[in-house]
Amino acid sequence: MSDRYSGVNEKQPLLPDESGHFGIYGGKFVSETLMAALDDLENEYSRLKVDENFLATLNSDLEHYVGRASSLYHAQRLTEAAGGAQIWLKREDLNHTGAHKINNCIGQAILAKHMGKPRIIAETGAGQHGVAAATVAARFGLSCCVYMGSEDIERQSHNVYRMKLLGAEVVPVTSGSKTLKDALNEAMRDWVTNIDDTHYIIGTVAGPHPYPMIVRDFQAVIGREAKQQFASRQGGLPDAVVACVGGGSNAMGIFYPFLDDQDVRLVGVEAGGSGIASGQHAAPLTAGEVGVLHGNRTYLMQDKNGLIAETHSISAGLDYPGVGPEHAWLKDIKRAEYVAVTDQEALAAFRQLNLLEGILPALESSHALAYAMQLAASLPVEQHIIVNLSGRGDKDVPTMAKIDGISID
Amino acid sequence: MSRLSSKADLLRDLGKKALVTYIVAGDPDQSVTVPLMHKLVAAGVDVIELGVPFSDPEAEGPVIQRAHERALRAGTSLLDVMQLVAEFRNLDQATPVVLMGYLNPIEKMGYENFAQQASKCGIDGTIIVNLPPEEAADLSRYLEQHDIESVYLLAPTTTPERAAGISSRSRGFVYYVSLKGTTGAGSLNTAEVSGKVRAMKKIVKMPLYVGFGIKNGVTAAAVAHESDGVVVGSAIVDYMAFHENNIGELETSVVTLVQEIRSALDALVA
Repeated sequence: MSDRYSGVNEKQPLLPDESGHFGIYGGKFVSETLMAALDDLENEYSRLKVDENFLATLNSDLEHYVGRASSLYHAQRLTEAAGGAQIWLKREDLNHTGAHKINNCIGQAILAKHMGKPRIIAETGAGQHGVAAATVAARFGLSCCVYMGSEDIERQSHNVYRMKLLGAEVVPVTSGSKTLKDALNEAMRDWVTNIDDTHYIIGTVAGPHPYPMIVRDFQAVIGREAKQQFASRQGGLPDAVVACVGGGSNAMGIFYPFLDDQDVRLVGVEAGGSGIASGQHAAPLTAGEVGVLHGNRTYLMQDKNGLIAETHSISAGLDYPGVGPEHAWLKDIKRAEYVAVTDQEALAAFRQLNLLEGILPALESSHALAYAMQLAASLPVEQHIIVNLSGRGDKDVPTMAKIDGISID
Repeated sequence: MSRLSSKADLLRDLGKKALVTYIVAGDPDQSVTVPLMHKLVAAGVDVIELGVPFSDPEAEGPVIQRAHERALRAGTSLLDVMQLVAEFRNLDQATPVVLMGYLNPIEKMGYENFAQQASKCGIDGTIIVNLPPEEAADLSRYLEQHDIESVYLLAPTTTPERAAGISSRSRGFVYYVSLKGTTGAGSLNTAEVSGKVRAMKKIVKMPLYVGFGIKNGVTAAAVAHESDGVVVGSAIVDYMAFHENNIGELETSVVTLVQEIRSALDALVA
């Protein structure tokens, strides 16, 4: 595949619209200081996404640095265990740095270079996006500052040290709930202060326009590859595509090239935490309301006064009270369906993939696996499900060991 | 015409510099807010900006973030803030009060409901930090129906074309954010700000007030040379944090600062 990233696909619905909306969702809900920077970013991106040099640099790095194409693996023992439709895994866990996050970071780092910004900033929850941002900063000679909630820093010390090894500065965020949403607030504050020399690499398909579009476009390589790989291996199209949704970038990346294929079911799996009824979850599409946070209108978790609610998930990467606006739109027009899987179900799937396929999945991706197995059980063996295995689970080993009561330090 | 526009126009006609002060409603708790508002007016404040506490105040620096957190710990909701203004109106029907905050609590309440309640409580205007004019059409319609004015912000990064569009939609005054950064940030280069303000004044046809980085009489006077008024927030809120456990001291320190700034502004036009 020479053309992993080819910019706009004319067949896709032309969303967002010119003002950055997906229906009523998305938009640019930011302070005035940022408006000019968002306009600049949008203009520069529009120019570069059809620029041959830019695309050549991007495609070369995706192949030789990230290690794309990632494989599409037919998980036969997992399929047998589920007892129904065939389960295929899109192995984003095999990418450099171990998750899909690098696809977006490579693209945005090259954008930053072209815009003449020597410094990048990023927010991170579990640390995967922070590590990917720190990695591309090293690769392209940019300085890098990563904002991370102080609670997450304690939970993910391994990734914190990894970012430091990569030369990044990791800044603990002690405001609010001290987690991912607060790290995002703090990154916005940095950006507004250092707007002249800094590019903000948002890690997911949220934030103000044009971020949801840019991140989706950079992640859509996942879906383009999966579609082509499935067609050449099995023929035709899969019956369903399943991905986990926190902010929703891996899901948007694999869904996007299938949007026009109405026969392909698209299923986003949110973090159900202790169960939707318990209120202890991170599932805004399943159980949230429409509101405005972090620059866009979308589904949110909030209280009766419109304050943002704290979220709960075993997986730090899904522990976010909002979701990308394009998912909100796809839910409303019923092009994609959104479900939630509990911590316990995700943990069970995590263990099963280890035992049955010898693959250590991220806890985030384990949510998608758990639902895919339930879905497979309800479908005939002739049908096919592709699961986006968005990341590997090395980072989650300490969490699992703790659950199992084992000390590994 | 609302209290806000009338006041801003009157000050300009009199050649007087406007003093706008910001406090977060419910900081450190709700019993402090209304008495302090009256004291601010007595000390020479022209317009009161009342911050509506929010869980994710992304444009604020640490001083005002913590004020939001204190007010939320005291259980202050948007509805509570509006009721505090209604209480203020029992004794003061003249001073304009503008709510400053983030969009989500208003979305949750519903635009029409918010506009109705706000009007009933005697609120004169809104400054919604994360609502640029491009996204504001729906809310503005309801606010206009209830004679509540929308104040918009200009930033150092705003292009002249955009500034013209924004100022044509702003009511009462236009709020010029003096620096790239969050509230309470760094020290102001007053010469640079003056240059920017002079340029903006050629585009903006209505009163232009400058905020961010104004800490005392000296910076206020320097900035007010070119502008029609100043907005002071973090400097006041900082005193409130320092004296949060002694309300008498809190009021005295805030009033002293406000009086100093008032005198410095009045000396400019004397």
